[in-house]
This record gives sequence, C-alpha cells and structure tokens, in this order.
Amino acid sequence: MNIHEYQGKELFRKYGVATPRGFPAFSVEEAVDAAKKLGGPVWVVKAQIHAGGRGKGGGVKLARSIDEVRELATKMLGMTLVTHQTGPQGRTVRRLLVEEGADIKKELYAALVVDRVLQRVVLMASSEGGMDIEEVAAKTPEKIHKVAIDPMKGLEDAQAEDIAKKIGVPANLVPQARDLFKSLYKCFDECDCSLTEVNPLIVTGDGRVVALDAKLNFDDNALFRHPDIVAMRDLDEEDPAEVEASKFDLNYIQLDGDIGCLVNGAGLAMATMDTIKLFGGNPANFLDVGGGATTEKVTEAFKIMLRNPKLAAILVNIFGGIMKCDVIASGVVAAAKQVGLKVPLVVRLEGTNVDLGKKILADSGLPIISANDMGDAAKKVVAAAKGVAVAA
Amino acid sequence: MSILIDANTKVITQGITGKTGQFHTRMCREYANGRNCFVAGVTPGKGGQDFEGIPIYNNVKDAKAATGATVSVIYVPPPYAAAAIDEAVDAGMDLVICITEGIPVRDMIRTRYKMQGKKTRLIGPNCPGLITPDQIKIGIMPGHIHRKGKIGIVSRSGTLTYEAVGQVTALGLGQSSAVGIGGDPVNGLKHIDVMKMFNDDPDTEAVIMIGEIGGSDEESAARWVKDHMKKPVVGFIAGVTAPPGKRMGHAGAIISGGKGTAQEKLSVMEECGIKVTRNPAEMGKLLKSAL
Repeated sequence: MNIHEYQGKELFRKYGVATPRGFPAFSVEEAVDAAKKLGGPVWVVKAQIHAGGRGKGGGVKLARSIDEVRELATKMLGMTLVTHQTGPQGRTVRRLLVEEGADIKKELYAALVVDRVLQRVVLMASSEGGMDIEEVAAKTPEKIHKVAIDPMKGLEDAQAEDIAKKIGVPANLVPQARDLFKSLYKCFDECDCSLTEVNPLIVTGDGRVVALDAKLNFDDNALFRHPDIVAMRDLDEEDPAEVEASKFDLNYIQLDGDIGCLVNGAGLAMATMDTIKLFGGNPANFLDVGGGATTEKVTEAFKIMLRNPKLAAILVNIFGGIMKCDVIASGVVAAAKQVGLKVPLVVRLEGTNVDLGKKILADSGLPIISANDMGDAAKKVVAAAKGVAVAA
Repeated sequence: MSILIDANTKVITQGITGKTGQFHTRMCREYANGRNCFVAGVTPGKGGQDFEGIPIYNNVKDAKAATGATVSVIYVPPPYAAAAIDEAVDAGMDLVICITEGIPVRDMIRTRYKMQGKKTRLIGPNCPGLITPDQIKIGIMPGHIHRKGKIGIVSRSGTLTYEAVGQVTALGLGQSSAVGIGGDPVNGLKHIDVMKMFNDDPDTEAVIMIGEIGGSDEESAARWVKDHMKKPVVGFIAGVTAPPGKRMGHAGAIISGGKGTAQEKLSVMEECGIKVTRNPAEMGKLLKSAL
C-alpha cells in the first residue's frame, strides 16, 4: 500500500524526522488558509498523487504571494498530471500539500529498502539528491552508499554517521543527519514499511537536515496490525477494477491488452500471460483466483474482467490440485450463464477430476472452446480474440 | 534416493487443529508412506488430545522428544507463523517447511536473523512444500500427478510446479523430488541451495528450475550451475509480460528499480548453459531433449 507525501511527512514528524512545515489542502480555500497559517514569504504548492516525477510534470510550483497560491491551487486541483510513472493517461489531482519554502543548500538522497540477498533492511544514501536514483545507480554507482541494518540492534550511531559523512553532510551537521537516519529507520521498522524514500533530503542555508519529500510503501502482509495506516489508503489513487477485485480476495492487476485471463496460482497466472504474448496476443489482466476459488469468486472475476471495454476473449487456465476441476468447471459455467458472456471463452483444465470437469463444460450448451494444454489454449484464445472462428 | 525427505522421515504438523492443517495432514497421511511419517501435531493448549489418532503436543520440543521427528510443517496463520518457525528452530528440527502465505517481511527478517548459526533448514514460507514421489509428501501439492523418477524440480510457484510435474509425468518420466521454495522475498532455501542437493543426489539425473520476476536468486543459481553442476538443467521464468512496479500475486514477484526482470534472468541462465523455454507448455519436452 502507498500513501501520499503529506501523510508520509505526518508519520515522519511523529518519529522525529525533520520536514518543512506544511498542511494538506483538498480545496482552493484550504490551500489559501494553509498559506496564511504558514506565513510567507515563499510557499510551495505540491500536487499529491501516488507517482513520482511530479516536479517535471508541473505538479510542484513555487508561490511568492497568497494570490499566487490561490492561482496555483485553482489550476492544480482537478488537473491531469502526467509523469513518467503515471502512464500517458495521467492522474487527476485531488489533494495538495502547501508547504513553507525551503532554502536549499544541498540536495541528498536517502532510502530504506529490504535487501533480498542480505535478508536485511538496508539504508541507501547518495550525494546525488533530487535526481532519478536509478539513473545515478546506473551511471555512477560509486556515489551510492549502503549499510545493512541488524534487526536486533537497529541502525547504529557509527553506521549512520559514516553514511552521513560519505554523502557529504557538513561535519557540524553529521549528528543531526545521524539522528534523522535513526528516526527514519525506526519509522520504517515500526510501521512495517517496504520502502521509505527521501528524495531530496536537504541541507538548508540555516544548517538543518530536512526531509523535503517522503515516499512510503507498506508491506501489505503487515497491514493487519496497522489500522492507522490502512486509514490513510486513498482509493482514488488505485485502479477501480483492482479495488473491486480485492473485496473478493482476488488478486487482479489491470493491463492494457484485450485477452482476459483467469488462473489459479500467481506463477501460473504470469506464465499464462507470457504464453498469450508468445503467440501474438496481449493479456488484459493478471488474475489469480487462488486455491479456494468458489462459484461466487469465479463469477465476480468474470464480472470484473467483462467491465473492460477492450475485452475480446477470455482464457481460463486451471491446474487443479486441491481445487478440483469439476468444481471450477461448474463455477465457470454458472458464471458464464449469469453474466451473459459475449466474448469467446477458452478453457484449459488439468489435474484433479479433469475428465469430469471437461464433461461439465461440454454438456453446458455454452460455446466454450476447450484446450488441451497451455500452448494450445493460448493459440486458440489469440485467434478467437482476433475474430477467427475456433472450433469448440 | 531423493533430497531432504524420504519414506523414513518423521514429521510434526504445527497448526494441526486449524482447518488447513487438518485437511492437508489428512491428504499427506494418505499419500504413500504418510501413515508412518506424520507422527505428531502441535497446537498450544491442546496437548494430550489427538487428531484422528495423531497425538497433539503443546509445543514442538515436547513433540520432538516424544516422537523423534526431525521435520516440521507449518500451517499456522500469518500473524503467528514466524514465531512458529522460531519455535521449531529452537527445538532443533533439521528441516522446517512453512506453507503459510502472508507473513510480514519484518517478522521474516527477524526469524532469518535468529536462524543464523543454527542447523535448521527452512523451506518457504508461502510455498506448496516438497514431495518425494511414492515415499512422502509434505505440503499442499496434489499427490496423484507425481510419478517416481529421476527429474528434480525446484520452483518459486505452486501451480507452475504442478504444471512442470504434470508434463514430466505425461512424458513417461518422473520426479526424484519436487521442491516449492515459495514466493516471498525473505525466505529459507533458495534455488541455488536446492540445486546443490540435486547435484549431489545420485538418483537425480536432470533438473527443471522455475523462477519468476523479482530478486536475483535465479541468477545466483545459474552462475553456480555454470561452474559446478554435473547434470543438465532447463528453466523457465514467469513474468516476461509483467509490468514494472506491480506485485504479481506473490509478495516477492515484483520488478523494482528496473531489477529482477524475466528477460535479465533468462539471459543470465542462457549464458550459464541452462536451456530455457519461453513457452511454459514445453518445459517437459525441453527437459527430455536435454537428457
């Protein structure tokens, strides 16, 4: 789960990570009020969407008067912001963050991530703040410094100071940076973050180390113990089909092709998409119905896929293990009848009770195209999506 | 021979009284020598009771002392599953197989930290378990698709493992052991660890390695294969079409910062002499051609 920058900064402040003063605004009036509360002479108006690259996209602007804040807020609220992370369709801006202007002397970078090889949380920092860190990593990897954190001891003073020095924090501010890094880790650890990124982390003209941005992602598996964080979820930032699917415990990701896929198991679901692509088609979605798919779940899955106006055909690929093929077949037939399926449906069943499952499909009277293996299924669904008649 | 488990392995089920634990303990007990293998269950507070004749203990230590079991399998719900692994490690089990999906990464980092220097090996979490056909099945895979044979299978995904097993069986070959190492970012045995065991197992002739986007475990295994493996290895990587930054079902299946793409993994595997296919329907055929 992701949250907005202003929410991330609220969490930061709770843990003692220095941030600029600022207030969220959902309307132009709130933005103006926020600016008045902050006092001047310079404000920053920042569009709040769950995507990076907002500055380049025109979502971060400087204002030198209250009128200018009003003008910018009017322009930004409701605008479609396109960045390299939003895709060409962009995102609608519904929330703003109005902050005091910062006197930036130096821009640095700091992040906490889980290193899968070390199986530890790693503090990663660089002197090259304000830039695309992937680019820094590719071009000048020597400018990225990392330290692995012992989960029992937490980030140690010496480690934090060492990193601060390496990224060019002035000597007199090293203790400040050390404390900031330690607070940052405490926040990461206690909130079950999967990523915390501060880009840029700045040194100000008056000698302070401040988090000018805040990007936080959380481990979905740990949300059960953080109701306060779940409350920050903004459904406007998520794909409506994905939100709908999550209500039924379906793992669904919208893609831009025209062939819907319904599969059991995440690995097999990815492999099914890959096979469709291999035979010249484009998957419309990733969908893992999981091990305990019921008729209701399969029906909801069909409904969600069918909401996609581009959908040209559906492929159901099930390797029945604990989940029996006859149960899945009954579910598919019931779902297809209930939703009034208007696109070709290719079904490949394998595993437990496969013959019974195939018989249920054949006896259903529905024009279901049966396939023998994944390759066969992919070929048939790609042809069907292109409007080629495929024998049932 | 086989790797890690055989017909003589004695197993404790942690979380035996939960719905999942009950169902799969029953299924495992019915498979091959399962009746002799599944010797104990653990559910705190239910010690002294039994599950269909399998004695239940309050903790792993007591269950181990009473039965001599060396392996435990965990079906405990996610909030308590890491602690269940810790308990099995502290009790000195040789092998712990954690089926549970959805354990917080923070918990697993601490559990893996505590496992340092301990003898216990961990498979999973978020995995189907492992099987040595006609001897023993520990986990949630369908037993009947397997056939005794000489092909080792190691995979991060459950149903994709079944897919490979099904293809191998359909070709008239069989499996020495099939191991699902799980789809989480912080886990126990990696592809490389299982690959080493298959290399040392005289009854494994070739290996199918199945990976997916995220992390770099497949690359490490491939590099090891290049320098040390004496047997043919073929592979498949799921997620060529997965968009970056999106978690594809498994907690660990995500391309982040441009790293962990299927293409990158496939390239390294090919460079290291592993034959790969982009068509998962042909994993079995590719394996057969490599024998």
